[in-house]
Amino acid sequence: MNQSSKIRPVPEGTKTIGDVTVLEPVFSCRDVEVFYGDKHAIKKVNIDIGRKQVLAMIGPSGCGKSTFLRCLNRMNDTIVGARVEGAIMLDGQDIHDKRQDVVQLRARVGMVFQKPNPFPKSIYENVAYGPRIHGLAADRAELDEIVNISLRRAGLWEEVKDRLNQPGTSLSGGQQQRLCIARAIAVNPEVILMDEPCSALDPIATARIEDLIDELRESYAICIVTHSMQQAARVSQRTAYFHLGDLIEVGETNKIFTNPQAKLTEDYITGRFG
Amino acid sequence: MNSTNELPVKSADETQALVRKSLARRYRAEKRFRAYGAAAVLAGIGFVIFLFGTIFSQGASVFRQSYVQLTVTYDPEVIDPSGARNPDELVTADYQALIRASLRERFPEVEGRPNLRELYGVVSSAASLELQKRVVADSSIIGSRETLWVLADDTVDMLLKEKVSRSAPEDERRLSDQQIGWIDALAADGSLKLRFNAAFLSNGDSRDPEQAGVRGALIGSALTLLITLLLSFPIGVGAAIYLEEFAPRNRMTDIIEVNINNLAAVPSIVFGLLGLAMFIALFGLPRSAPLVGGLVLSLLTLPTIIIASRAALKAVPPSIREAALGMGASRLQMVMHHVMPLAMPGMLTGAIIGMARALGESAPLLMIGMVAFIVDVPAGFVDPSTALPVQVFLWSDLPERGFVERTSGAIIVLLLFLVVMNATAVILRNKFEKRW
Repeated sequence: MNQSSKIRPVPEGTKTIGDVTVLEPVFSCRDVEVFYGDKHAIKKVNIDIGRKQVLAMIGPSGCGKSTFLRCLNRMNDTIVGARVEGAIMLDGQDIHDKRQDVVQLRARVGMVFQKPNPFPKSIYENVAYGPRIHGLAADRAELDEIVNISLRRAGLWEEVKDRLNQPGTSLSGGQQQRLCIARAIAVNPEVILMDEPCSALDPIATARIEDLIDELRESYAICIVTHSMQQAARVSQRTAYFHLGDLIEVGETNKIFTNPQAKLTEDYITGRFG
Repeated sequence: MNSTNELPVKSADETQALVRKSLARRYRAEKRFRAYGAAAVLAGIGFVIFLFGTIFSQGASVFRQSYVQLTVTYDPEVIDPSGARNPDELVTADYQALIRASLRERFPEVEGRPNLRELYGVVSSAASLELQKRVVADSSIIGSRETLWVLADDTVDMLLKEKVSRSAPEDERRLSDQQIGWIDALAADGSLKLRFNAAFLSNGDSRDPEQAGVRGALIGSALTLLITLLLSFPIGVGAAIYLEEFAPRNRMTDIIEVNINNLAAVPSIVFGLLGLAMFIALFGLPRSAPLVGGLVLSLLTLPTIIIASRAALKAVPPSIREAALGMGASRLQMVMHHVMPLAMPGMLTGAIIGMARALGESAPLLMIGMVAFIVDVPAGFVDPSTALPVQVFLWSDLPERGFVERTSGAIIVLLLFLVVMNATAVILRNKFEKRW
C-alpha cells in the first residue's frame, strides 16, 4: 500500500496532456501498449484511476478505449494474437506479474459488457454465481443475503423480488443490464469496468443506470467507456480522451468539457468529428 | 444533373415498368424451385413407403408360425427303460421316437419307410426338444398322455402362409402331393394352424428357419451399443471440449483436426481391421464379443461425436463466455457451468447420429468375428454374439424360403430398436434444452 500512496512517476516523453496522475490510485498504468498481431492498438498509455470516482473514456470508434478497458482485468488474454506490454499496477502490484492470478484479478475487477449478457439461468442464480464459485457464502442464508443486497444496490430488487426463479433473460434490456451490475457487485470488487453499458438501452433505462453509477461510485472505482459525451459529463469525475490508440488528454471532467487543452479533444467534444 | 452524371436517367414510370417486367421472371424461377422441391419430397416419401411396405409385407408373417397339435404318449419304454429316472438318461433319450409314434397313431394308414419318412418330415426337429424340456422339468409325466402344440417344419409353414405354390410340378416342390394331403387333413380338423411366434423373439439363431430367432442378435446389438455409448460419448465430448476450449492453436492441433475430419469418412470396414489387429491380436480380447464390437464401433462413432460437439461448442455465444470469465470463473468452470449446458443438445444430436450409424454397421463386425453362427443368447460382454445387421446379412444369404421372412422380420426388429433408441435420446435432449 505504501507504494501506491506515492505518485508513480510518469515516463518521460509522454504526449498526454492534463493530469495523468491522482493521489492513491487504484490502477496506475505506465507505458501500456497493446498489439493485435501486427496492429498497434494502444500506444504508450499512461493513466491513473482514482478510488471512489468514475473515469469516463471517450473517443471516436476504433480509438482503443475498449481495448484499454479490457486490459485492466486481462480480458484481452482470451483473444488469440493479442499482446499487452507495459505496467498495469493494481494497488501497487503488476497484474501481469506471475504471482497475480487472473481468476483472482477478475474477482477484484468486475466487468459489465456492452450488450447485457445474463447467464441463461434464473435471476437468483445469475447473482449467486460469483459468490458461489469464489466460496463467499458459508451457507444458503448468507448467499440469499448477498443476492438480496446486490440486487438492492443495483436498484433491481423491487422489480424482481417475486420472480427470482425466472430466467434472467426474461427481463427487459435495462433490467438485464442492472442484473449484470448486480452480478458484478455480488463478489464485492474494488473496481467495476463498464464497456458502453447503455449503448443498447433506451433513454429511461440509461438514466437509471447513470443514477446507479453515481450511487456505486461511493463504494467502487468505476471505469466507463462511452460514446455519449453527455453521459461522460453527467456521470464521471475524470475523463480521458483517446484517439487512434493514443491517450490525448485526461483530466477533471468539467475541465475537459469546458476548457480542453488539446486541439483533437476540442474538435471531438465540439462535434467536429467522431 | 445530366451534364454531371453520365448514367442515363429514367423516369419513375420507366423504372417501375422494368421492375414489373422482371417480377414475372423472378416469380417463375421461385415457382420452379418450389416444384422441384415438392417433387423431390414426394419421390422420397414414395420410396420410403415402398421400402417399408416391402419389409413389412414380407416380414409381418414371421410373427405367426405353424404349429401342429399332437397327442404324445410319454412311453417309459422309450424314455427311461431302466426306470431309474436318471436325469442324464432322460436328457439323451430318443424323444423323436415319441413324435414318430404319435404321427403314426394320427395317420395309421401310412406304411412303408419312404412314406413314413415323408410323414415325419411334417413336424420340426424342434418338437422332440420340446418333449425333452417337459420331461426333464417334470419326470412325473412319464407314462401319461398329453396333447400339445409343436412346431411344424418350415416347408409346412411356407405352404400354410401361401409363400410357396401348390400348383408347381411335384418334383419342383419340397413337399410331395402326399404330404400336402396330410397337411390339409391336419388343417381341416384344426390341429395345424398359425399361432403367435414367441420363439422368434426368444430364440437365438438356428439352421432351421422355424426355430431361428433374433434374441441373440438383439441382445448382442444392445450390449455392443451400450459399450459404444459409454465409451464414445464421454470421450468424444471430452475431446471436443479440450480441442475447442483448451488446446493451443498450432500445427499439431491443426493436424489432429484434419485427421478427425478424415476419420469420419474412413470406410467402416477399415475400423474392423484395426479392431481385429489391435483388440483381438494385440490385446487378446475374445473374438465375436460385444466388448470388442463396442470398442470398434466407438472408434467409428468418435469422429462424428467430436465434430458435432465442436460445432455445438462453437455455436455458444461468446458473450456467455465473457460473462463467466469476467465474473472470475476459471476456464473449466466457464465450460462446465455455462458453455457445456448450452452445447449439450448439439452434442446429443451428434451422439444420436453416431449411435444410429453404429447400430446399422455390419462390415466392421464381420472383421472381428461377430458374423459367426451363434445359437446361444449372449449373457455378458465377452460371450460370443452377433448383431442385428449382421443377422440380417446372414439370413439373407440362406437358401431356405423361411429365412426370407425372417430377414425382413429382423429388419423390422432393427428398425424398432432404432426408433426406441432415438426416441429416448430425443426425449433426453429436449430435457436438456433450455428454453430461455
